[in-house]
Amino acid sequence: MSDPYKALDFYNVDDLYTEEELMIRDAVRSWVSDRFMPVIEEHNRAATFPRDLIPELGELGVYGASLTGYGCAGLSPVASGLICQELERGDSGLRSFVSVQGSLCMFPIWAYGTEEQKQKYLPDMAAGKLIGCFGLTEADFGSNPGGMLTKAVEDGDHYVLNGSKYWITNGSTCQVAIVWAKLNGVIRGFLIDSDTPGFTGKQIKNKFSLRASDTSELVLEDCRIPKSQILPGIEGIKGPLSCLTQARYGIAFGVIGSAQAAYDEALRYSQMRISFDKPIARYQLVQNKLVWMASEITKAQLLCWKLAQMKEAGTMHHYHVSMAKRNNCWMALECCRIGRDILGANGITDEYQMMRHMCNLESVITYEGTHDIHGLIIGRQLTGEDAIT
Amino acid sequence: MDIVVCIKRVPATDTAIKIAADGKSIETNGVSFEMNAYDEFALEQALLIKEQLGEGTVTALTIGPSLAQKVMRDALARGADKAVVLTTDEWIYDGAQVAQALATYLQANPAQIVLCGKQAVDSDNNQLAGNLAARLGFGCVTEVTKLELADGTFTAERDIEGAREVVTCKTPAVISCNKGLNQPRYANLKGIMKAKKKPLEEAAADLPAAAMEIVSLELPPARADGRIIGEGVDAVPALIEALRNEAKAI
Repeated sequence: MSDPYKALDFYNVDDLYTEEELMIRDAVRSWVSDRFMPVIEEHNRAATFPRDLIPELGELGVYGASLTGYGCAGLSPVASGLICQELERGDSGLRSFVSVQGSLCMFPIWAYGTEEQKQKYLPDMAAGKLIGCFGLTEADFGSNPGGMLTKAVEDGDHYVLNGSKYWITNGSTCQVAIVWAKLNGVIRGFLIDSDTPGFTGKQIKNKFSLRASDTSELVLEDCRIPKSQILPGIEGIKGPLSCLTQARYGIAFGVIGSAQAAYDEALRYSQMRISFDKPIARYQLVQNKLVWMASEITKAQLLCWKLAQMKEAGTMHHYHVSMAKRNNCWMALECCRIGRDILGANGITDEYQMMRHMCNLESVITYEGTHDIHGLIIGRQLTGEDAIT
Repeated sequence: MDIVVCIKRVPATDTAIKIAADGKSIETNGVSFEMNAYDEFALEQALLIKEQLGEGTVTALTIGPSLAQKVMRDALARGADKAVVLTTDEWIYDGAQVAQALATYLQANPAQIVLCGKQAVDSDNNQLAGNLAARLGFGCVTEVTKLELADGTFTAERDIEGAREVVTCKTPAVISCNKGLNQPRYANLKGIMKAKKKPLEEAAADLPAAAMEIVSLELPPARADGRIIGEGVDAVPALIEALRNEAKAI
């Protein structure tokens, strides 16, 4: 059966996008409908990522799509946001895969790497022939990444890294890891090819969330890399945080896709499901729920559109991204919870996608800055008082 | 080798069709249009031939309102080099009329190969390939499911009733394409970005008078509600009776 998905556009937000941006959005939407939707539930059950689709996504051009040169598409902020939206409509694991590849791995190489590093990695990464992961978080350092314990020391022409990273998307799938570690007490970025002796990625098992995604632990034991593998263009915590700003921007757009999937499924169900001889869409309480979802999705679309305009104009700050990431993850998760309620008992099986999205969003509202931490980033901006530490 | 692909802009296949007030055409307000699915096979085949030969141009050609530019952009994004819209505000139905307008263009802008879908999924007329080939004096093979080109001659396969037919045809030729011929590519993001820099021309369509016209158009009758005959084994004879004599399904 063909994918029946229809996206909500209650405020004609499509009018705000260019013809080209709409074509890009629709190209990714069709790809997700045709290629991804038929296989996602099986992969979610088996806790596997559909690896055979990785090169197709490269062919489509979604990896590092906002970057220019090196085989990247050079798209507008709106277009790159809409790509995330359409991917996450399929599954947060799919969008995570692409975000990690583009925003967290290709972006720092593109922004802070040497020309040799760019030539070595970016074209193959854009094509999906080489997969990256981003090692910042450690088991005991999530919201406080600056406290990391992973260290690098100089040894002749090499750096030797020791430590471990946790919750690393693509950690066991990757061919290259961007690992952030302290060199003489300063955070620096290192490019570690996954076949380097002393580098291991180990999958974290038994997740309820992001099941169709590789989440791993990285272990670095006397991992020796040539000095040419350091990112020379950045020092300190602002390096990884600048990558996270890019990725959070994609999440703000992405989760609109999850919310849209939830709304679409709930609406369709409410029109079909008969209770007391009437479709449940005819009852006021159900309508109220659908109205809430549609209103929040519309607000999120407009928030993201304006965020994209600021990104384009160079006036977007990280706290702007925090507001969109925080608000949209929350509203998407609420949409899934409310949508699950509309689906009644049927909503708990994977015949419906509602709980898959809901469980995924428990990760998405947590990773790349939790809901509360983003609140504190915004609060700091509003009051001038830092309540994080 | 210059290849032209004739493409029709048709209502998206999931459209709930409504008849317009005139009773002869469809309501187009709120309808989204897309490339006719069979034309996607034709475009893909044109791109494959160009890739095989390593030279030539692929031109996407359509007739319709200026709004058809959107479908032409899709063709450019997938890899066509150039697109042309022969514009008219008329709602054209007559296949001979379309073929004449396209033939006029093709006589002024010659091509060795003209590809099209076997039919348009909206009107299902199946008229273009033959009509166009006759006007151009080209060979014509219809509904092909496999196509190979060597030394200016095509070998084409067609699924006919109970058999598979293999034919050869010299260029220039008009070929109509069927499902199974190839797997149409997606427009990728770089292709979409490149499309806006490619030439998309408009010229007024040179339309002869129509020989055919639609007299009326109506939707199929609404499907009757289902009926529950009974429950369990006891209901089986009545069900068989209804299937045999009422529905005439068995």
